[in-house]
Amino acid sequence: MIKNLGLAFKLIIFILTSTTIIFVAAFVYNYHYSKKTLLKNIEENARNLTLSTVYKIETVLRSVEEVPLNQASIIEKYPYQRQDLLKLVQSAVANNPEIFGSTFAFEPYAFNPTLLYFAPYYYRNNEKIILTFLGSDSYRYFYLDWFQIPKEIDSPVWSEPFYDEGAGNIIMSTYSVPFYKKIDGKNKFRGVVTADISLMWLKDIVSSVKIYKTGYAFLISQNGVMVTHPEKQLIMKESIFSIAEARKDSTLRQVGRKMITGEPGFVPLQDFVSGKKSWMYYAPLPSNGWSLGVIFPEEELFADVSRLSKQVLLIGVVGFTFLCIVIAFFSRTITKPLGSLARSTSEIVKGNLDIELPEVRANDEIGKLTRSFKEMKVALKEYIANLAATTAAKERIESELKIARTIQMSFLPKHFPPFPDKVEFEIFASLEPAKEIGGDLYDFFLLDEEHLFFVVGDVSDKGIPAALFMAVTKTLLKGTAEPQLKPSDILKRVNLELCQDNESNMFVTVFCGILNFKSGELLYSNAGHNPPLLVRAGQEPEWLELPKGFFLGVFEESQYDTKKVELRSGDLLLVYTDGVTEALNENKELYSEQRLLETTRTYPDNSPEELVNNVVNAVKSFSKEVSQADDITVLALRFKGIKEDSPYPGFFQYA
Amino acid sequence: MLKFKIFFLFALLLLITIAAQANEKGLKKTTFIPQWVPQSQFAGYFVAQEKGFYRKHGLEVKILRGGPDYPPSALLKEKRADFGTMFLSTGIQKRSQGLPIVNIGQIVQRSSLMLVAKKSSGIYSPRDINGRKVGLWGSEFQVQPKAFFKKHNLHVTIIPQSATLNLFLRNGVDVASAMWYNEYHTIINSGINPTELTTFFLSEYSVNFPEDGIYCLKKTFDHDPALCRDFVKASLEGWEYAFDNPEPALDIVMKYVVDGNIATNRVHQKWMLERMKDIINPSGNTVPLGTLQAGDYNRVVQELKVNRLITAVPSFSDFFIDCVSHD
Repeated sequence: MIKNLGLAFKLIIFILTSTTIIFVAAFVYNYHYSKKTLLKNIEENARNLTLSTVYKIETVLRSVEEVPLNQASIIEKYPYQRQDLLKLVQSAVANNPEIFGSTFAFEPYAFNPTLLYFAPYYYRNNEKIILTFLGSDSYRYFYLDWFQIPKEIDSPVWSEPFYDEGAGNIIMSTYSVPFYKKIDGKNKFRGVVTADISLMWLKDIVSSVKIYKTGYAFLISQNGVMVTHPEKQLIMKESIFSIAEARKDSTLRQVGRKMITGEPGFVPLQDFVSGKKSWMYYAPLPSNGWSLGVIFPEEELFADVSRLSKQVLLIGVVGFTFLCIVIAFFSRTITKPLGSLARSTSEIVKGNLDIELPEVRANDEIGKLTRSFKEMKVALKEYIANLAATTAAKERIESELKIARTIQMSFLPKHFPPFPDKVEFEIFASLEPAKEIGGDLYDFFLLDEEHLFFVVGDVSDKGIPAALFMAVTKTLLKGTAEPQLKPSDILKRVNLELCQDNESNMFVTVFCGILNFKSGELLYSNAGHNPPLLVRAGQEPEWLELPKGFFLGVFEESQYDTKKVELRSGDLLLVYTDGVTEALNENKELYSEQRLLETTRTYPDNSPEELVNNVVNAVKSFSKEVSQADDITVLALRFKGIKEDSPYPGFFQYA
Repeated sequence: MLKFKIFFLFALLLLITIAAQANEKGLKKTTFIPQWVPQSQFAGYFVAQEKGFYRKHGLEVKILRGGPDYPPSALLKEKRADFGTMFLSTGIQKRSQGLPIVNIGQIVQRSSLMLVAKKSSGIYSPRDINGRKVGLWGSEFQVQPKAFFKKHNLHVTIIPQSATLNLFLRNGVDVASAMWYNEYHTIINSGINPTELTTFFLSEYSVNFPEDGIYCLKKTFDHDPALCRDFVKASLEGWEYAFDNPEPALDIVMKYVVDGNIATNRVHQKWMLERMKDIINPSGNTVPLGTLQAGDYNRVVQELKVNRLITAVPSFSDFFIDCVSHD
């Protein structure tokens, strides 16, 4: 799919994809790293803010704690009267403006065996300090937390925050210190000294904590109850756990549990009022185990990072657009010349070599390519011109050769039977020309009413010279042959003629014979030619015994002999050229004289035409795919003799 | 003529107004004191009031704000209230002590009183409680725990438990009393996970004491049985409405909570209302709402007797008056 797209598109796709991946990776890394760094700084800030607020609160709580602690140690050390206690409590309230009220609350009958309740309580009321005595059937103080808890756990304790209806519905907390008396060597619990404080100042301190735009602080008691919070309806009614339950927020519950166990921490959470993703730093108040949380929304926290990220993203988008344009422009400078080059070359492909290639503007790869194309075009043009000329010449030569071949073949007698009125013999000859022009020849003609001259020859070379040489030889033979001459005389004369001015040193092998078809006498001579096969009627074929004789056209003084053989009725002579015996097959084996003998033996009674065709076919099927290297010439002559009383001259049967 | 007409219309209007006032006055005024501060434990009564079920039954009910300082038995005795809710055991004890009260409607069938301990204090089973400090509320809340201690032969130090669980949360006691519908959830919402607690439902570990029932003086019933029946029926209607419509019921409860300036929250009241349903109409319950079974009565009486908390035993028929089945 992508393979079919343009270069510009591919470049844009690949470069932009890679750039995007790099950019996004860098962006994400940067974003997260910035956030992490920021978060670290913010945690530091939030911790400092939280701890400084905790410190402020602690300072007040500690100073309040001092008062009942001192009072407890005083009455444990010194004997006291009722008035002493009242004075002590009164001065505690009077001297410590942050203390709202204070009491010595005694165990039942501990102060006086007749008194179930004894708890003188001084408290502020409109700038005045008023005394009242706690304890009644409806206010059995020794069953209340501020009394019971320090008693049971034997240590001073801050109470959970509570509403004091009497003091005008303000949230208060009581610090209770147990005091003891040594009785029989044992410390016996006698009661508690308390200091009540209003928590209104706490609200001021906590609500003064501001962080970011909407960040705020809140305080929870040891039970997780909201002591201060910007949302007033949560105060004293909801605990961090009830809020978690209402919001089904298990994370908040987890955080709450950590807060009330006195751990500090910095956690992400959902603001339980706004529902926004937020962060919170929390730290405990060591005195009472309450916990201060400073909470701020993440969007404000990361506002700068987000803004920066948006800007970076914008720069990225602009950059991408710019990059896109640059790539498109740049790739066009590449693809435009490439495109016109492609158009030009496609014209060249069509054969239009005159088309102008685009101008070379730069010496870059495109310029080099264009220049190469130009040179190629010129070279192609020259080459094609040369090729056209060569081809024309070759075609001319080939056509001339073809004509020469036709002429050459036309020399040979081709009409069979050649002498239909002669019944004494049958003759048939065939020349299978090789692809290249060869120099084989055969011929036969009547010398007179009794004599048939026949010849088979093979010029040593191939090609036009061989053809010409063959034509000359054939012409000479035809011109020379006379009834009075013996075959050896004919060869001698032809040799002399051929030897004259034979500068090319070509030669020709020739077998020729003169058959007296009235008597069956065959005179024959040989000039270096292959021995013919003689097939006597009803006998095995045999090689004809040849007289000695060198091939024609080399030595003027060459001597030739004539031999004589009597042919009887039905005898057959098979003459051939070395194109038969030297035909090669795929295995580079020669057809050989042996195979020729076998083939001839297979068809003892065939007519000359059939035998010639059989031999030619046998050679061809032997060679199969191997192309024919030489002309294949076969000539067969059968002597039939004469039967005087036969009504059909030339027809007789052999035994 | 016209003048006459106007006069006639005016007279008619006057008559209607008087009639309406008479109708208002026709409602029987009565007073009810729940045994504790406003919360979902009394959702049925608040709903009956706010949804007009009492008014529908011809009652104009004044619901007093309950609390630890206002035991209904005392208010009934002093005739500061006509009706009040009490635990069955409390009712029997008071009757045995000579207060002539009758149960006219048993609301809670299953005890929700439980003991709770932190696993961190090493308490996993009843015998781990032996020798520990156990926070118990006042007398009527002590019968079942004491039966439990007796049953398991446990010797414990009883610490009077206040209205809060802070003593328990600060480890001032090892075991605390809790109502399943109330304090148990308070503990959970003070940051302790249920898995960190060992709980002993006294209905399972001890004996099941049916809890809240509606009581009045025998004299009140004798004087106006219809009033009592109407009050019980309207209250039961209130409960049924509350169970069927928890959110509107919670809205009503929260109104009483706010008026009573109670430091609590909606999820807590929601939990409580759901648990009230569990104990008023437990799954598989066949007892009609508002009915006390003789078997339950006899079991509670037996326990109280064994624990020597009562001597005289009123008969079941003297103690319980079925206001649901009889018209």
